[in-house]
Amino acid sequence: MIKRSAYQDSVTLLGLARELRTRNGVLEAAALMGSPANKDLLAQSGLLTTEAAAAGVNDLVIVIRADSAEAAGAALSQAEAFLGARQRRLEGAGRRLPRTLESARRHLPDANLVVISVPGAFAASEARKALSLGLHVMLFSDNVALEDEVALKELARRRGLLLMGPDCGTAILNGVPLGFANAVPRGRVGFVAASGTGLQQVMTLLAARGEGVSQAIGVGGRDMTEQVGGVMTLQALDALGADPTTELIIVVGKPPAPLVRGQVEARLRAMQKPCVMALLGRGVRGRQEGSLATAATLEDASEAAMAMLQGVAWTSRPFSAPPTEIRTHLQAVWKTLAPERRVVRGLYAGGTLAHEAALILEPFLGPVATTLTPESAGRHSVVDLGSDEFTLGRAHPMLDSSLRVQAIHQAAREHDVGVLLLDVVLGHGAAADPAGDVAPAIEAARAEARDRGRGLAVVASVIGTARDPQGREAQVARLGAAGAWVLPSNAQAARAAACIAGGEPVMQSLLGSGGA
Amino acid sequence: MSIKSANQQALGRLVEAQPVLADCLPAEQAMGLTGRTVLHAGPPLAWERACATMQAAVLCAVRYEGWAPDDAMALNLVLRGEVRLGPCHHMRAVGPMTGIITASMPVFVVENRAQGNRAHVTINEGLGKVLRFGANDESVVERLRWLAREAGPVLGAAIRASGGIDLRALMAQAVRMGDEMHQRNVAASSLLARTLMGQLTRARADTQAIARVADFIGGNDQFFLNLAMAVGKACTDPCLGIEDSTMVVAMARNGTDFGIRVAGLGDRWFTAPVEMPQGLYFPGFGAEDANPDMGDSAIVETVGLGAFAMAASPAVVRFVGVGGMQEATRATEEMAEICLGEHPHFRIPALDERGTPVGIDIRKVVETGITPLINTGIAGKTPGVGQIGAGVARAPLSCFEQALEAFGSRRQSTRGYGG
Amino acid sequence: MAGIGDLFRQEIRVINLGLEAFALTLEQLGVPVIHVAWSPPAGGDPRKAALLAALADEEEE
Repeated sequence: MIKRSAYQDSVTLLGLARELRTRNGVLEAAALMGSPANKDLLAQSGLLTTEAAAAGVNDLVIVIRADSAEAAGAALSQAEAFLGARQRRLEGAGRRLPRTLESARRHLPDANLVVISVPGAFAASEARKALSLGLHVMLFSDNVALEDEVALKELARRRGLLLMGPDCGTAILNGVPLGFANAVPRGRVGFVAASGTGLQQVMTLLAARGEGVSQAIGVGGRDMTEQVGGVMTLQALDALGADPTTELIIVVGKPPAPLVRGQVEARLRAMQKPCVMALLGRGVRGRQEGSLATAATLEDASEAAMAMLQGVAWTSRPFSAPPTEIRTHLQAVWKTLAPERRVVRGLYAGGTLAHEAALILEPFLGPVATTLTPESAGRHSVVDLGSDEFTLGRAHPMLDSSLRVQAIHQAAREHDVGVLLLDVVLGHGAAADPAGDVAPAIEAARAEARDRGRGLAVVASVIGTARDPQGREAQVARLGAAGAWVLPSNAQAARAAACIAGGEPVMQSLLGSGGA
Repeated sequence: MSIKSANQQALGRLVEAQPVLADCLPAEQAMGLTGRTVLHAGPPLAWERACATMQAAVLCAVRYEGWAPDDAMALNLVLRGEVRLGPCHHMRAVGPMTGIITASMPVFVVENRAQGNRAHVTINEGLGKVLRFGANDESVVERLRWLAREAGPVLGAAIRASGGIDLRALMAQAVRMGDEMHQRNVAASSLLARTLMGQLTRARADTQAIARVADFIGGNDQFFLNLAMAVGKACTDPCLGIEDSTMVVAMARNGTDFGIRVAGLGDRWFTAPVEMPQGLYFPGFGAEDANPDMGDSAIVETVGLGAFAMAASPAVVRFVGVGGMQEATRATEEMAEICLGEHPHFRIPALDERGTPVGIDIRKVVETGITPLINTGIAGKTPGVGQIGAGVARAPLSCFEQALEAFGSRRQSTRGYGG
Repeated sequence: MAGIGDLFRQEIRVINLGLEAFALTLEQLGVPVIHVAWSPPAGGDPRKAALLAALADEEEE
């Protein structure tokens, strides 16, 4: 079925395809816009009909392969009904939805923020329009050209406007969660974040201790590179510095380009407020210099912030639980694992969380691969399933767990994988039940590994709050019931995985020393 | 100038025009239409590409003017180039359907008192066998002669005596009474008749003549359509030549091609094949009998009326087959997506007094793919059959795409890339 | 509408271009939001889209 000039967003279409696949008699289903790349995907699955091949970029293509004509017809009818219902719901009480930013402004003349998640090729010009109209922008889209980012941020800077992004997935402004954000209280901690899940980890840990967010400003993953020069980071720092409700500032991301680092640190030191830098990279050591703290992990950032707000010294421990509890748990795990099963495989939805895990594992276990190739067999790996190579034709792992589930089953069959390391991210915009989506696979994988006499440990952390739509406690319980060892933070989960894989020596160095 | 400023200027001139009905005079006198010229609706048209209805109308006009005794001789003159064809638009005029104007036909003169320009249009012939629909027999010629001999002079005298009739105010009132000024003009026609009545009765002419003219006007619900079109022309002509403006100043069809003109692109026409109207047919007729879209009447939509004001005209909604009030409101809202602003003088009571969407922006048309909607009568493709239905037609996207390309090239060459 | 600090003192009112899910979440939270039924400009034709971008209005003052 081809619907001409009937654009739908990618997430909606992937959801429709998934629904159609669950129907009786449907063997394969695809719902895509007729772009060249999508037509290639269809061809790969043997779904490129002549009609589909002739479709244009603005045409919606729905292809069903079923075991009978009736099943196919019924599926297409369901697709029609789905699209019709969406259209009616979107249009509400008979009013048309605006088709452009300009006409939207006629409906909501005092709008002050434009959230843009259109395909990257078009995102920059929409962002430019928004800024030209004097509106702040959250640019969720990725695949925006670097020179466009530079030009847009210069325009934004000149006009005193926010341009959060590109590739900004999380922000909180005036208590309003934007994109993939958690339900955290309003409070006194301000964030400047080049990373979405990094931000989510720090602010959910603070929320668990009763500390809330004043503003959480995303700046996009490239802001602190030399070419972009940290423009938005510096703008955001200035704004938070001047904001009376912000009492402490945390900067989250990767190590900046040297020139940018200098400017950022200078700004932070000049603040009349305590600041924490969580710029995660190799060789970053935690330390405190007056009111500026440097954290090597996201959890440390939250600890340092708490300490400075309370006016006490910042100490950090490798695990929240008492060492005896950790020791006991590890010894029990080691008993279940065959000696050759010592490889860590991290399967992550959050890019920064994957990065943090790899940084923590490396000093203990040696080099950690970041891709899953035949060469990585036998090596420790931490894979970001949200990166481009995995998300072609597929929704992001925060929404769609199918790839991760596949990888969990696969790991059980590999003779050397001993421990799986997972992040489970909650919040607005994430899947309805992320723990429930992976729990059956975890159970099945562990059972299969046990049957083969080899064992498989699963370590996880849940990034979320009690007030998130999914509910943190329930998610933790579900994972625990499936046999996962759930730790309070990604950093602790990574350390636990390092201990499982590295054995006694690693455990001693962590529990014995008591340092970061 | 920035495109934005140019558009603001163009839109301003359009909506603040002050069209006044000032006179009714022979075309030769009013427009300087001399020699053997036949003006027609739509963009320039080569004879061999014209549809049958248009050709029949042209030949009839040649006979009416006495340049040839019959159609065969008339055709001869046309083929030899001794009778020239040209768009009404090129001579500050507009015409409905075939839109034929020749030297001795009486035309209304509409003056734009804000800018000093004038626009012209013939007197609407009424329904049935009329030149407008390509009817070609003696009755048509007789009526044309009567218009020139009697109706034109009587109306001219009455209008002059009135000192001029404010058409913008009249149309604003008519819109509030349920007219959209394209397929429904009955309120405006009635208001005009009322306005003219006093001066008509005082006109220095034979009472029988006056009675014939009064009957003629009174019997035609669509009498005002031609004036609405002339108003559209008077409002848009001053916008031609505003460099850097992307506002559409004319939409017109000749039964073969649809053409648009753009304020910042001078005299150029951007054309594409006309589409077939979609709508409802009078009993006994169907889509297979329909003539392709024709007429300068889309000038009405060009100034924010007609289909653009559909939400103001519940009565027209079912007539053109659009559905109900909800669809009519949606039509107006859809047109708002491609327009530069709202008309300050033509307001829609049913939409909380919102002004009608006005000032089509070629950029927005290409960006959204939404093409202007036109409320139109549907003519029979057999010459002289007349109107067989009513419906909606769209302006072809290609016209706007071509115009956008031309605009882009022009800007690039005059300002350097990236200007 | 100048200054990031100014935004901190206003109610957030959003125009959403792209994924409908974002608009629905904000609606459920009671945040004023309008979703735009966006589709690629010029039907996705990259050359025309680039031309439109080049001819877009300049900044509002």
